[in-house]
Amino acid sequence: MNHIRQKGVLKASARNRGGVGVSHNKNTAGCETVRMPAPSKVTLAMRQHIGAPCRPTVSVGDTVGVGQKIGDSDKYCSAPIHASVSGVVTAIGPLPLASGEIAEAVTIESDGEMRLFEGIAPPKADTKEEFLAAVRESGLVGLGGAGFPAHVKLNIPQGVEIDTLIINAAECEPYITVDYRECIENSWDILSGVRVVKDMLAIKNVVIAVEDNKPEAIAEMKKVADNFQDTGDEIKVMSLRSRYPQGAEKMMIRSVTGRKVPPGKLPSAVGCLVMNVASVSFLARYLKTGKPLVSRSLTVDGSAIAKPGNVRAPIGTLISELIDFCGGFKADPYKIIAGGPMMGSAVIGTDFPTLKQYNAILAFAENTFRLKKERDCIRCGRCAFVCPLNLVPTAIMDAAKAGNVPMIERLSADTCMECGSCAYVCPSGIPLVQYLRLAKAIKNKAGEEQCR
Amino acid sequence: MPLNKKLTVGPSPHVRSGATTTGIMLDVIIALVPALIASVYYFGPGALALAGVCVGTCMAAEYLSRKAMKRPNTLGDLSAIVTGLLLAFNLPVSFPLWMAAIGAVVAIVVVKQFFGGLGKNFVNPALLARIVLFLSFGKQMTSWTAPFAWKNGPDAVTTATPLNLFKLNGLYLVDNMKNIESTPGMPSMLKMFFGERGGSLGEVCAVALILGGAYLLFRRVITPVIPLTYVGTFAAVMLLAGKGDLAFVGYQVLGGGLLLGAIFMATDYATSPINIKGQLIFAAGCGLLTAAIRLFGSMPEGVSFSIILMNLLVPHIERWTLPKAFGTPKEKRKENEKSGVKT
Repeated sequence: MNHIRQKGVLKASARNRGGVGVSHNKNTAGCETVRMPAPSKVTLAMRQHIGAPCRPTVSVGDTVGVGQKIGDSDKYCSAPIHASVSGVVTAIGPLPLASGEIAEAVTIESDGEMRLFEGIAPPKADTKEEFLAAVRESGLVGLGGAGFPAHVKLNIPQGVEIDTLIINAAECEPYITVDYRECIENSWDILSGVRVVKDMLAIKNVVIAVEDNKPEAIAEMKKVADNFQDTGDEIKVMSLRSRYPQGAEKMMIRSVTGRKVPPGKLPSAVGCLVMNVASVSFLARYLKTGKPLVSRSLTVDGSAIAKPGNVRAPIGTLISELIDFCGGFKADPYKIIAGGPMMGSAVIGTDFPTLKQYNAILAFAENTFRLKKERDCIRCGRCAFVCPLNLVPTAIMDAAKAGNVPMIERLSADTCMECGSCAYVCPSGIPLVQYLRLAKAIKNKAGEEQCR
Repeated sequence: MPLNKKLTVGPSPHVRSGATTTGIMLDVIIALVPALIASVYYFGPGALALAGVCVGTCMAAEYLSRKAMKRPNTLGDLSAIVTGLLLAFNLPVSFPLWMAAIGAVVAIVVVKQFFGGLGKNFVNPALLARIVLFLSFGKQMTSWTAPFAWKNGPDAVTTATPLNLFKLNGLYLVDNMKNIESTPGMPSMLKMFFGERGGSLGEVCAVALILGGAYLLFRRVITPVIPLTYVGTFAAVMLLAGKGDLAFVGYQVLGGGLLLGAIFMATDYATSPINIKGQLIFAAGCGLLTAAIRLFGSMPEGVSFSIILMNLLVPHIERWTLPKAFGTPKEKRKENEKSGVKT
C-alpha cells in the first residue's frame, strides 16, 4: 500500500525471522495531539520505572507546583517523580497498580491552574556528567513502554564503544499512534534531542528507524534530518518492514545494523544504543526549559471509546478521567488495556492512574476480538515459526508444566521478551506468554532455593 | 463514568489470529476430498461405505473413550474425521467393514486417547492402525480390486498392485528394468498418474493427492519441507538404484502410498519435528527407509513402516536439533551441545 521508496531513505540491512502480520489499526494517525486540561486530581505512583521505587519527598497538606519533585530515591537505578498538576497533596498511601503490584502513591488535588513550580530552570548540561545528572533529574524513563531510567541507559560504561544511536519510531503495536504524531508534530525537537545525545556520548552514526506503514513520518524525519547535515556525521532515516515486533530492541538493532544482541546482553554489547523517539524529543524540550517529565502523549482508542484520539495528559491522570476527556464510552467496555493489544496489560477498573511508560489506553467492547478457548497443543509449530528470538514456546510450556528447570534453561526461556507472537498465532488458543512467564518464574524460584 | 459491567482481564496478547484447530482439520478434510472422489470413481460406492465406516467408528470411539475417561468431548476439533479418512485411504476397497471398524478403534483409542489425545500420540494413529490390520488380517489387507471392476457386478476382479508386480517380476534388478512397461498387468505411466491401478483407496490417484497437497500449502497448513524432502530423498535413492532409469523412478514415486504418506501422513503435526532442521532429518529418514524396504525388503511396500519408525525417533531428532536462541554466540552453542541436558 504505502511502500513507496523515498529518496535517501535507508533500507533495513537485515530481515528478522518470524514475527506476525497483525492488522495495524492506526485509526488515530490523523488525530492531532490534544492537550488535556488539568484533571481534578492525579495519583502519582512512586514506582513508574524499572529499578528502585521512590520515596515521597512531600507531606500531606503541602502545596506543590507543576514540575516540583515529589518523590526520589537514593538508589542509582531509579528516576524521580514530579508533580504533574499544581495543587495540594491530599493523600500518601499504598496504591494497587494495574499490574497488580502495590506501590506507594502521592495524590494531588488539582487547583486547576497548572501553575509551574518556581524552581524550574534549564539545567546545566555542558559535560557528560552534568548531562547525565540532568537526565536523572528530569525523571525520564523509556517512553516506549519498558520504563527503563534514561540516565542509566545513557551512562555507557568505560571501555564500551557505541557506534550507532538508533531512534526507535517503529511503533509496531497496533492502534498506538503517539510516536507517529511525535514525528509529525515535534520533528525539530526529535532532531535536537538526537543531536544532544550524539554529541554528549560521541556517537558517530544515528539512524531514525520508522516502519514503512508511516511514509509521512519517514518523509518528515528525512526533511528535518537533512537540515542537520552540517557535520561529517550524518543522521540517517531508515524505513523498516511493518511486521510485528519490529520495534522490539533486539529486532530493531538487527534490522538497522544486522547485529544480533546475545541472550542476556545489553545493546551496548554490539555497539548500539536504542532510544524511543518520544524520549529524545522530551529530552530536547527539557534541556531548553527545565520542565521535567510531567505529561506524555497517549493514544486513547478502541471500539468502546466515543471520540478516539491522541491526548497529552498529566502523568497520574485517572484512566476514567482520560476516557471521559475522549467522550466517554460509546459501548460497555469489555476489556481495557494499558498499552498496546500485543504487550499491554488489561486493567481491572478505570480508577487507576496512568504511568510514565503507558503509551495508550485502549477500551474494547465485547466481541471486538475473537477469543479462543484453550485446547490441547497440536504441535503445529506455528509458535516456533513466528518466534523472533528462535525459541520453541510449546516446548517451554511443556517444560514449565513438568517443572523441568534444566529443560527451561536449555530452551532459553529467559530470552523471551513476551512479544506475544506465539500466542497470537496459536490455533489452539493457548496463552503461551503466560506459560513463558510461568517458566521464568519456576526457574527463578529454583535459582533462589539453590542460593539458600 | 461508572462501569456497568466488570472488566475482563487476561494475559497479553489480547488479539488473536483467526486460525483454529478446527479450521486446520477442516482444511485437511477438504484436501482429502479429491482423493476420496477419485477412489469412488475407481472403486465404486464400496469406497464410500468403507470411508463412512472408518470415519463413523473413529468419531464414536473418540466420543465414547473421552466420556469413559471423563475428559471433555473433542469431536468438535474434527481430528477424528481426519484419522478416519486417512485410515480408509490405507485400506483396499474389498476390506471387510467390521475389520475396518477394529482399525478405527485401535487408531483412536489405543494410539491417540491412551496417550493423551490430540497432539500427544507418539505415532500416526491411522498408520499404526493400518499396520495392526496388516498383521492381523494379512489376506484381506492385500487383496486388491481392479479399478472399475465394481461396474461389472459384485464379483470383484482382483489384481496385483504395481509394486507387487515389481517384486514378482524382479523389476528391482537393473537388468529387468527395461521390461517395466511391458510387464503384463502393469499400468502405463499415465494410468499410474491418474490412478487407474490396484491399490488402497486413497493412494492410487497421484493427481488428486498433489491437488490436496497444493491446497494445504496454499492454506499454509503444511510447509513443503517434509513432502519434498521425503519424495526427493526417495527419488534420489531410486535414481541411484535404477542407474538413472527415469521410468523406474517414476513408477516408484507414483506407486504404492508414497505420495499419500509424504503429503498427508509424514506431515502430521503431532508426530513430526517442529523445527525445519528436524523436519529435514525426519523426512530424509522416511525416504531412505521407504527406499530400503522396497529395494531389499520382503514386502512390496514400506511407506507406513518407515513413517512409523521415524515417528518414534522424533523426540530424539528434536533434542538433537533444538534451535538456539537469537544471538547465541557460536562457542556457546558448542558448549550447550556438550553439556547435553537430558529432556
